[in-house]
Amino acid sequence: MQPAQILHPRPEGLYCPLADLYIDPVRPVARALVTHGHSDHARAGHGAVLATADTLAIMEARYGADFAGSQQALAYGEKLTLNGARFSLHSAGHVLGSAQAAVEADGCRIVVSGDYKRQPDPTCAPFEIVPCDVFISEATFALPVFNHPSAEHEVRKLLASVAMFPERAHIVGAYALGKAQRVMAELRRCDWDKPIFVHGALMELTELYRARGVDLGDVRHVETAPKSFYAGAIVLCPPGALQTPWVRRFPDPVTAVASGWMRIRARARQQGVELPLVISDHADWRDLQRTILDTGAGEIWITHGEADALAHWCETQGLKAKALHLVGYGDEEEPSAA
Amino acid sequence: MNRFAALLDRLAYEPRRLGKLALLETYFRETPDPDRGWALAAMTGALSFKHAKAGLIRNLAAERTDPVLFGLSYDFVGDLAETVALMWPADEARANAELSITDVVEGLNTIPKDELPARVADWLDRLDENGRWALLKLITGALRIGVSARLTRTALAQFGGKSADEIENVWHADAPPYTHIFAWLEGRAEAPSTATLTRFYPPMLSHPIEPEEFAPLDPAKFSAEWKWDGIRVQAAAGRDASGKPVARLYSRTGEDISKSFPDLVASFAFDAVLDGELLIRREDRVQDFNTLQQRLNRKSVTPKLIAEFPAFIRCYDILALGDDDLRALPFIERRVKLEAFIEQHPFAPIDLSPLIPFATWGALTNARADPAAGGAGVDAEAVEGVMIKRRDAPYLAGRPKGYWFKWKRDPMVIDAVLMYAQRGSGKRSSFYSDYTFGVWTEAGELAPVGKAYFGFTDEELIELDKFVRNNTTNRFGPVREVTHTKTKGLVLEVAFEGLQRSTRHKSGIAMRFPRISRIRWDKAPRDADTLEDVSKFLGHAAEKPAGA
Repeated sequence: MQPAQILHPRPEGLYCPLADLYIDPVRPVARALVTHGHSDHARAGHGAVLATADTLAIMEARYGADFAGSQQALAYGEKLTLNGARFSLHSAGHVLGSAQAAVEADGCRIVVSGDYKRQPDPTCAPFEIVPCDVFISEATFALPVFNHPSAEHEVRKLLASVAMFPERAHIVGAYALGKAQRVMAELRRCDWDKPIFVHGALMELTELYRARGVDLGDVRHVETAPKSFYAGAIVLCPPGALQTPWVRRFPDPVTAVASGWMRIRARARQQGVELPLVISDHADWRDLQRTILDTGAGEIWITHGEADALAHWCETQGLKAKALHLVGYGDEEEPSAA
Repeated sequence: MNRFAALLDRLAYEPRRLGKLALLETYFRETPDPDRGWALAAMTGALSFKHAKAGLIRNLAAERTDPVLFGLSYDFVGDLAETVALMWPADEARANAELSITDVVEGLNTIPKDELPARVADWLDRLDENGRWALLKLITGALRIGVSARLTRTALAQFGGKSADEIENVWHADAPPYTHIFAWLEGRAEAPSTATLTRFYPPMLSHPIEPEEFAPLDPAKFSAEWKWDGIRVQAAAGRDASGKPVARLYSRTGEDISKSFPDLVASFAFDAVLDGELLIRREDRVQDFNTLQQRLNRKSVTPKLIAEFPAFIRCYDILALGDDDLRALPFIERRVKLEAFIEQHPFAPIDLSPLIPFATWGALTNARADPAAGGAGVDAEAVEGVMIKRRDAPYLAGRPKGYWFKWKRDPMVIDAVLMYAQRGSGKRSSFYSDYTFGVWTEAGELAPVGKAYFGFTDEELIELDKFVRNNTTNRFGPVREVTHTKTKGLVLEVAFEGLQRSTRHKSGIAMRFPRISRIRWDKAPRDADTLEDVSKFLGHAAEKPAGA
C-alpha cells in the first residue's frame, strides 16, 4: 500500500480513508484524532475525538464538556485498530498530553509528529522516537538561524534582570497552554521560590496542570494591590496582554516574551519586547534534523512552517521530502497568525 | 567588542528615549578613547570601509553555509548581519574580550583587500553570537538600534554638561574617533575650532498643512515659495584659520556629501552658509526627481556624469554671511540678504527660489494647482507643492510649530489588484509587506504596474500578511503569488506622485513614490482600474492633480 493511500492532505486536514478519520482537522468532521490541545490543532465541534486523556481534559477546559459528540482516550503506546489501520499515540514533548500519531497499515508505518520538541520540559513527557517509513514533521523553526538555547539559560537571564531592577516588575508574555507552565516550572528549577503571579487568562490551564500532577509551587492570581507590592515580582500573562492597560498596574514594568521567535531581533522589537526570552516548545533546526534521522524514515512530509528549507535539507541527505502546505496551523505566538 | 556589542544589544531593545540616553551616557563615561569615539562614529553612520562591505559578508556566508538555506534564512530574518551572525557555523561562544572595537575599525581600514575576508572570518570565529552581530553591523552600516544622530548629540551633551546645539555647532570641527570633542566634554581641552567655516547648522523643518487649517492664518503674515522636488542641502564655504578657501556641501542630516558633488563645491567662491534644494538643470529647465536620482545612484562621479546631470542649488535661505550668524533674524530680513547675495555671485552654481505672489489663500491654492501658470513656468515639473513661511520667523533648528508649513501636491490615486507579495526587512522582517500590484489590460489580464511597501498601519500589515498567507496560489522563492482573478483577490488603493513611460517595466509605465493609501476590502478585483485609466496620469506630474 502506498503511503498516500494511508494518509493524504485534504482541506480539512490529514485524512485516513481506511478509518474515515482526520488528524488535527481545522474544520468540524465526523471523526478526528487530535495530537495536542493548542487551538489550531484541537477544535471544537467534531463528531468523535480520539486523543490522550490530558488532551481531552484540556479541550474540555477550553471548550466545555460538550466539545465533541463523543470522546475516546488513548494512552501513550496503547493500540487501536480501525478498519485495518492501526493507530497509536506516542509522547511528543510539546505540551502536557501532546502526542505523535502513528498509523500503520499493510506493513507501512506513518508517524504524524504534531508539534514537538526535544529539549527537556518538566511539565510533560519527553519525545519518544518511533521508527517509521514516513515521518510527517512540523517545520515551525526549520531554518539554520534557529538554535534554541536551553530554557535554563533564558530563565537565568530573566532572573539576572530581576536582580538588576529590583524595583521594577517583570511581565513575561507566555502562551496560556504549555509555555506559561513550563516557564513556571523552569523558574522553580532555578530556585525562584517567591510566588509567581499570573494573569486571569492563565489561571484555568495552570490549575489543570496542577490537578494533573505538575508541581508549579506558589502560583497566585494577580490582584488589586498598590504598585509597590509588585516590585521585584515575576508576572506571567498571555503575550496579547502586554499591549493592554492591564500592565499599568505594575511598577515600571520590564516586558519580556518567552517564545522561539524572540531569536529574531526584529520580531522582538515588533512586539515592543525589552527582554526577549528564547524559550520554545518546538524543535529547533538541529533537533528537527536529528529527529528526522532518528526515525529512520526514508520519506519526510512537512506540514507547516518553513517547509522549503527542511525539504531542501532532507534532499541533501538523500531523503524524499515534500511540503504538504497545510493551511490553518501556525504557532499561536506568531503575530502574523494571531 | 564585548562592551560595544552589549551596548548595541541593549539599545536595540530599550524603547524609552531616556533609557537610551542613560545607556549612551554610561557607555561614554566608562569606555576609554578611542573605543568610545569609534562606537559613536558607528552609531551616527560616520564609518565607511573601502573594502569591507555587505558583499564581503555575502561571500563569506556563501563559503560557509548552504546557499539555499542562507537565502531562505535571509528572507526570513530580513537583515544580512543578523542572518549571518545567527547561522555562522561556530562552536560555542568563545572569549572575545581581547578584540576591541578599535582593533576592528583599524583592521577594516588597513588590512589589504585580499586578506580581509580571511581576517573577518577569523574574527567571526572568535566572537560569540552577539559579538558577531555587532561586527557585521559595523561593516554593513545600518545598525537599526533606534538611535538617531540627534540622540547621540543629546547624550554627549548630557555627558559633558553642554546643550545639544553646542555639540552640533562643533561637530564638524572634529572627526572620528572624536578625541578632541571628548577632551572638551571632559573639560580637558578648549572646544574644537569652527573657524574653518565648514560649519553645519541643523536645518529648520516644516509641518504639513491641510486646506481646512488655513482659516485662522492671516495671509499677510506669510510668504510662499515653491516646494522643489530635489534634495535639501546646506552649502558652507569660507576660509580656514590660515586663509585657505574651504567649502562643504551637507545633506539635511549633516552628512558631508561634498565628494558626490565636486563640480558644485569647487565653485563655492563665497563666504556664507546657504540653505536650499539641490536640483538638476538641463536644456534650461529644472528636471524632475527621476532625473536627479540617476545622478544620485551612481557610485563614482565621472566627468561624463557631471556633464550629463549638471547640478545647482536653488537657495531659499541664508544662515550665515561672513562671520555673522543670521539665524536670529526674521525670515523676511534674511530673504533681503539672500537676494542681494545671489545677485552678487552670478557665477556660483546657485540661484534664487522665487516667492509666489499671493494676497489670499485662494490665490495660493490656484498657484499650487497649476504651478506653470502660477510662476514656476518651465520648471513646474520639479515642483511638488508649496512652502509657506511666517515672515517674522527666526531660523530654528528642528521642527518648531507654527512657522513653516509644507502643502504638498495631492497624490494621484488608482485602484489596483494585489498580485505578488514578498517579505520585508528591518522593522517589517518576516511579514509579507512588499506588494506588487497590477491593473487590467485591454485583453482582460492584470499587468503589474508597481510595487509598494508602506502607507499602511501596523494593524493593517497584520491583516495584509494574513491575507497573503491564506491566499497564496504559487511560490517563487521568497515571492508568493496571491489569488487575483476577476472575482477573488484584494484591491489596494495606491497613491503616487507621478507617472513616467518606462521601457524597463512590462506595463510600460513607472510610478514615483507609490504607497498603499487604503485597503479596499469592499471592492472586487474586476472593479479595479485599467491600464488606460492609469495612463491618463502620464506627464501630469505637475499639472492639476486628481481629486483637487
